[in-house]
Amino acid sequence: MASPIGQPRVRLPAQARVGEVIEIRTLISHAMETGQRRDQAGNVIPRDIIKRFEAKFDGETVFAMDLAPAISANPYIAFPFRVERAGRFEFTWTNEAGDSRSATHEIRIAG
Amino acid sequence: MHQPTSPTRRGAMALLAAGVTVALLPRPAWAQLSAATQAAVDRIRGSRTPQEGRITLRAPPIAENGNTVPISVLVDSPMTPADHVRRIYVFADKNPTPDVATFTLTPALGRAQVDTRIRLGQTQDLVVLAEMSDGALYMARTEVKVTIGGCGG
Repeated sequence: MASPIGQPRVRLPAQARVGEVIEIRTLISHAMETGQRRDQAGNVIPRDIIKRFEAKFDGETVFAMDLAPAISANPYIAFPFRVERAGRFEFTWTNEAGDSRSATHEIRIAG
Repeated sequence: MHQPTSPTRRGAMALLAAGVTVALLPRPAWAQLSAATQAAVDRIRGSRTPQEGRITLRAPPIAENGNTVPISVLVDSPMTPADHVRRIYVFADKNPTPDVATFTLTPALGRAQVDTRIRLGQTQDLVVLAEMSDGALYMARTEVKVTIGGCGG
């Protein structure tokens, strides 16, 4: 049983100048169970990780990450983005069971 | 493992003592990788020989808690459609399995940088490969000393 994917938290500016490179910071609540740990009874706790993160801007994939169990619990992922126009980001986290969770953010052009 | 203490190395150690996160010196290319990491690197590189340079790999020189070690990889690239970083691979040389993450980048980012937090089971080298849009490969490595490992139970 995969544990549920927690609430995503995304930080990025609501607006930016054309050509500005912004930083997008993301955090998702998840245990990232490695499959290496044992419970108190000595049984291996099954592996359960977020395996993929994808960032789309207006439907086009601009950044992706494949995660291994060596990524810390509650994965933190940050990356830049050069703003050329207003648009809509969609961020999606997917676990090894194929369940996913998404968050969307709009960005405007300043001024 | 041991290398001569050069002035720049001493400078890095001074910063280390000050508790500052520094861009560490690259490890010498001759330092051997674990068999698992070497196999993973070989799968990516094929017949290509990774070059040194262009990668700035930042990690704390000493991680008190191996469960969450912040790392940052910056690659020198114009990030244009004709010339950009396509992938960044991160390995932890002595973890139970060396794979940490694979990042897929596009020119839309404007800058080739990724930040995340990783688990390190013991003191070891981080190894980073960056693949450019023309197929060129760059490699960097740095040691992180781990006080409490982050992989066991």
